[in-house]
Amino acid sequence: MSFEILSFSFMHRALISGVAIAILCSVIGLFLVLRRYSLFGDAIAHSSFGGIALGLLAGVYPLWTAYGVSLVSALIITRVKEKFNISGDASVAVLLSSGIAVGLVIIGISGGFTIDIFSFLFGSILLVSVNDTILILSLTGIILIVVLVLYRQLLYSTFNEEQAKVSGIPVEKINYLIVFMAGLTVVTSIQLVGVLLISALFVIPNVTAIMYGKGFKQTAILSISFSIFSVVTGILISYVFDITPAGTIVLLSIGLFAGTMGIKSMGLLSKN
Amino acid sequence: MNVVEIEHLTVKYPDVKALDDVSFTVKEGDFLGIIGPNGAGKSTLFATMLGLNNKYDGIIKFFGQDIRKSKDYLKEIGYVPQKPIFEKNFPATVNDIVRMSLRKESNEKKIDEILQQLWIHELSNRRIGELSGGQLQRVFIAKALVNNPKILILDEPVTGIDQQNIDLFFSILRELNSKQKITIIWSSHDLDAVNQLANHVACLNRTLFFHGESDDFFDNDELVKQYSEASMQEHMHHH
Repeated sequence: MSFEILSFSFMHRALISGVAIAILCSVIGLFLVLRRYSLFGDAIAHSSFGGIALGLLAGVYPLWTAYGVSLVSALIITRVKEKFNISGDASVAVLLSSGIAVGLVIIGISGGFTIDIFSFLFGSILLVSVNDTILILSLTGIILIVVLVLYRQLLYSTFNEEQAKVSGIPVEKINYLIVFMAGLTVVTSIQLVGVLLISALFVIPNVTAIMYGKGFKQTAILSISFSIFSVVTGILISYVFDITPAGTIVLLSIGLFAGTMGIKSMGLLSKN
Repeated sequence: MNVVEIEHLTVKYPDVKALDDVSFTVKEGDFLGIIGPNGAGKSTLFATMLGLNNKYDGIIKFFGQDIRKSKDYLKEIGYVPQKPIFEKNFPATVNDIVRMSLRKESNEKKIDEILQQLWIHELSNRRIGELSGGQLQRVFIAKALVNNPKILILDEPVTGIDQQNIDLFFSILRELNSKQKITIIWSSHDLDAVNQLANHVACLNRTLFFHGESDDFFDNDELVKQYSEASMQEHMHHH
């Protein structure tokens, strides 16, 4: 592999955006996984598909409409789940299929715009612009600051809602905040792996890291490291061999997951 | 001084009254044992006192303040749940769990002190999923104590814990109450334990049928018999 590829500015943008997204997805994903909300990222991503189609139809930059649609549907589904006592997985299923259904109908109405849709479905990290990179870095910065400032409240309400309430933590508000940040993260990450593979970035590095039996912060750091490794290696390999980055990144994460399971089954990790 | 005042507390569920016109007070420094069979409403009483259930009639006051008006009283309360529910592989160490409750970072030193006091210092980097029931219970007490609460509320805290750990736990509770002057409200269905520890007793079975000094309760054979029978029936019912 030649180091020449590291001199291209599109590659710089791809790697910088990729690393930022890797960090963001690991951090937000850890809270989602521990709340048994692993597929929530997937559901928001699918609802954003409707938003993307809407943007393409209306001639607006599709990611803006995707942000709008995803955030609104994430908040609605959280409210519906609370109010009507629908289980997490069922509410995710409703959201997931509604987004795709809306998207398909809009595509049908417009007569189809398959090429653009394809890049949103499977990601196009090598095509991110300077503006995209700035947006990704800014959102990553803002969300990470919020997580650091509210770390105790986020962790406590994830660990046990009832006890967090008794400790005076505004659990409902924290729940909405997590869903809101997850919505922003998903749409921001669509450019890296696309709508279809987004939940892999939320879930796989975290379930891998959890197997190492460490505390919360170390688990988060491990997850971020696995994620960065998969994203950076995946982008480089996919460029060199001319294969899809999204698929390569996700397969690398699955490789780390399988490797960790192997180490664990040989008894080389602690009990947990 | 009364730290807790409960007046005519009634909690209705669709089919049944979980609590019916319950009134009692707790004075500063009291060690109150609330006894009653399973289903007597002890957990409902605690949930309501802790602000987790807003659908009730009557008045609950902590430190003279109606809890409907302000949730500030929660800062002065440490709560130990009956059986802490969490994911077995939740990636949190003992240290993470205790620190999570800490309101002010400046109380950092307090964590070490409490972990030592509760004999869990050497476990601080272990994941909570690896601990035994007795160790876990002490972790949750440490978590409840970390903000220097004035009142400690414990819900049936010795369920499923071995005798050695129960003895250690009782001596810790005694010390917290007598030396650190923490008011303790403790629900249990173990009469002997209440007899050993509490200086006040409240007998609850949806309604309060006794509240007073623990000697007055244990000297009254009729009451003790009545309680034991209710408890025994419950026991038989469950097996």
